[in-house]
Amino acid sequence: MSDSASAEASAGRHHAALQHQFDTMEQQQESATLGMWVFLVTEVMFFGGLFMAYLLYRVWYPAAWADGSRELDILLGGVNTVVLIGSSLTMALAVRAAQTGFPRATVNWLLATMALGGVFLVIKVFEYAHKVELNHVPGPNFVFEGPHARQVEIFLSLYFAMTGLHALHMVIGFGLLSVIAWMAYKRKFSPEWYAPVEMSGLYWHFVDIVWIFLFPLLYLVDRAH
Amino acid sequence: MTTPLLPREHYLNIRYGIASWLLTKDHKRIALLYLIGITVFFVLGGAFAVLIRLELATPAGDMVSADTYNKLFTMHGVVMVFFFLIPSIPAVLGNFLVPMMIGARDLAFPKLNLISWYIYMLGGIFTLWAVVVGGVDTGWTFYTPYSTAASNTNVVATGLGVFITGFSSILTGLNFIVTIHRMRAPGLTWFRLPLFIWAHYATSLIQVLGTPVIAITVLLLALERTFRIGIFDPALGGDPVLFQHLFWFYSHPAVYIMILPSMGVVSEVVACFSRKTVFGYSFVAFSSLAIAVFGFLVWAHHMFVAGMSVYAAMVFSFLSFAVAIPSAVKVFNWTATLYKGAIWWQAPLLFVFGFIGLFTIGGMTGLFLAALGLDVHVHDTYFVVAHFHYIMVGGAIMGYMAGLHFWWPKMFGRMYPEGWAKFAALVVFVGFNLTFFPQFVVGYLGMPRRYHVYPEEFQVLNVMSSAGASILGVGYLIPMVYFIWSLRYGKVAGPNPWGATGLEWTTQSPPLTENFTVTPVVNEGAYEYSKRETRVV
Repeated sequence: MSDSASAEASAGRHHAALQHQFDTMEQQQESATLGMWVFLVTEVMFFGGLFMAYLLYRVWYPAAWADGSRELDILLGGVNTVVLIGSSLTMALAVRAAQTGFPRATVNWLLATMALGGVFLVIKVFEYAHKVELNHVPGPNFVFEGPHARQVEIFLSLYFAMTGLHALHMVIGFGLLSVIAWMAYKRKFSPEWYAPVEMSGLYWHFVDIVWIFLFPLLYLVDRAH
Repeated sequence: MTTPLLPREHYLNIRYGIASWLLTKDHKRIALLYLIGITVFFVLGGAFAVLIRLELATPAGDMVSADTYNKLFTMHGVVMVFFFLIPSIPAVLGNFLVPMMIGARDLAFPKLNLISWYIYMLGGIFTLWAVVVGGVDTGWTFYTPYSTAASNTNVVATGLGVFITGFSSILTGLNFIVTIHRMRAPGLTWFRLPLFIWAHYATSLIQVLGTPVIAITVLLLALERTFRIGIFDPALGGDPVLFQHLFWFYSHPAVYIMILPSMGVVSEVVACFSRKTVFGYSFVAFSSLAIAVFGFLVWAHHMFVAGMSVYAAMVFSFLSFAVAIPSAVKVFNWTATLYKGAIWWQAPLLFVFGFIGLFTIGGMTGLFLAALGLDVHVHDTYFVVAHFHYIMVGGAIMGYMAGLHFWWPKMFGRMYPEGWAKFAALVVFVGFNLTFFPQFVVGYLGMPRRYHVYPEEFQVLNVMSSAGASILGVGYLIPMVYFIWSLRYGKVAGPNPWGATGLEWTTQSPPLTENFTVTPVVNEGAYEYSKRETRVV
C-alpha cells in the first residue's frame, strides 16, 4: 500500500477481482480475513448469551439437567458429531484445492461438504420430529413425567434455542457454500484470489465448533450414572 | 482573500437520481442517508418527549392516560437510544470521516456499509410499525416478566426492530475496525491517528462485542413471549435477574457507544480552536480504550436493588468508580489543551464547551449512583433520569452538534451561518440545563420516574423542566432550519475553512467520490498546529 508499490503489488493491481478501495490484492485479502474473524467474534458473543443462560440453570437445576439430557438420543447426536467433523475436513480440502488452483476438486469438495451438512440437518429434523411426537416441545402442550418437569422444560427450551440457532447457521452455511460452489464451477477463483472460499471455510469451521460445545453440554450431562 | 468557488465535480453532483443514492457504495453518500434516517427518528423521539413534558406540566394525569404515558416514555427511550443515539455520530460523521481521516478511498467493505443502512431502516420500520399499531409499554429496558407475561402491547415487533437494527450497528463497527487496521495511508502510524479515529475504534469494539448479546437476549425474550417458555419468567422456573444481567451487559456499554464518538469530536474541535496539539495525546487515546474495556465490567450497577450478592455489588460499585478515571483524564486533558491556547470562538467550540460542562456534571452524578447506599435512595427516581440525560443529551448530542457544525463545510462545501449557530448553541445550553437540572432536585426529593401523576409540591420543578424542554426544542429546530438554508445560500467554504490539521481537510469541499486523487503520505502527528501560522477566516 505504500508508495513502494512494489512489483508484486502492481501485478495484483489489475486483477479483475480487486475492488477500487484497495491498492493491492494482498490488502484486500487481509481485510477480508480480518473482517471474517471479527464477525466470528460477534458470533461467539451471540451464542455466549445462550451459554450463560445454560450455565446458570445447570447450576440451579442439576437433577433436571440430567433428566433432560437423558431424553436426547445420544446415538443420533454422536453420528451428527462425526458427520460435522467430517464436513470440516472436506471444507479444509476445498480451501486447499482453491489455494493450489484445482477448480474441479474445489467444486467436488464443496459438494461433499454440503452433502455432509445436509445429512446433519436431516438427522436433526428426525430428532426434532421425535420430540414433537412425545410432546417434548416447550410451550403450552409440553408434557413430561417426573419430579422436575418445569425445569426440564427450561432445559429443552435451551436445547431447542441452541440447536435451532445452530441449525439455522448450518442452513445459512449451506446456502453460502452453494453460491461459492457455483462460483468455483464458473472458474472465478485462482491461487491469487480465493478469499470467498477461505472465508466461507472459516464460517463453516466456526459452526462446527459450536456443535462440538453443544454436543457434550446437551447430550452428555450425567451419563456416567 | 477571494471568495472560493465550489469545485466543479464532487461526490454530490457526480450522479443524480434516486438510484444513485439508494444503490451508492460511497461512504459519504451513505453517511448522508444515515443523516436523513436518524434526523427523522430524532424528530419522532423528540415528539414523544414533548408529549411527556406536556403531561408532566401539571400534577394530575389530565392529558393522557397512565397506559398511554407508559407507551410514550417507552417509545421515547427506544427510538432515541436505538435509532438515534447509537447510530448518530458513528454512522453519520464516522462513516463520512473515518476513510477520509486515514487517507483511504472508502471503507474496507462499501457494500456491507450500504447493507448496514438498509438493515437500520428495516429495523426502524419494524419499530415504527409497532408504534403505529398501538405502541409498547415496557420501558425501553423490556424487563421480564412484565414484557413476556403481562404486557399486552407490541413487545415482539419492537424487540425485533431492536434486534434487526443491532446488526447494522455490528456491521458498522466491523467495517471501522477492519478499515482502521488495514486502510491507513503510508506513514499514518497508530500514534499519528486523529483521536476521532481512536474513539471510533474503541466504539467499534463495544459494538462488535456487546451488540450480539442484546440480540440473543431480545431473541430469547421473543421466544419466551411467543411460546410461553420459562427462560426469564419466575412463574415458569426462570430467572428475571438473568435478563437484567444480559440486557445491561450490552446496554451499559451502549452508553459508551454514544459518548465515545462524541469525545472523539471534542478532541478534534478543542485542538483546532485552541490551535494546539492535544495535551497528552496518548493518554486521551488510551483512555478511549480503557473506557471500552472498563465499560464492560460495570453493568450490574443498574441492578443494585434487583437482588444481588452484596459482595458482587461492592465489586461493581468499585469498578463503576474506576471507569470515571479515564473519563476524567479526557476532561482534564481537554482543559489543559485549551489552557493558554489561541481560543477561536466559533460555534463548534461553543458546543464543545457545553459538552465538557454537562458531561462533567453527568459523570459526577454517575458517581453518586455508583455508590451503593446512595443508589438505593435515588434508584428509579428523576435523579437517574437527569443523570443519564446529562450524559446522553448534554454529552452525546452536544458532541454530535459540535461535529456537525465543524464538518458541515466539508460535507457540503458551504458554511452554516455563524451568528445563528452561536445563538443556537446558547439556546441549547440554557434550555438543556433548565430541563434537566430541576430533575436532579425533584428526583433527590423522591419523585419516581415513569409515573404520569405526581404530588403537587413537585409542580414548580416540573414546570421549570417542561419550560426548559420547549427552549431546548427550539434550540434543536434552529440548526435544522439554517443547515438546510446553508445548502443553497451558505458562503462557499473552500477546502479548509478552519485551517485545521487532518487529511480530510486537505481535500476539496465537498470531496470527490474517491476522496483523494493521490494517496496522501503522512509524516507528522495529528495536531501539528504549531507548524501552521495562518488562521483562515
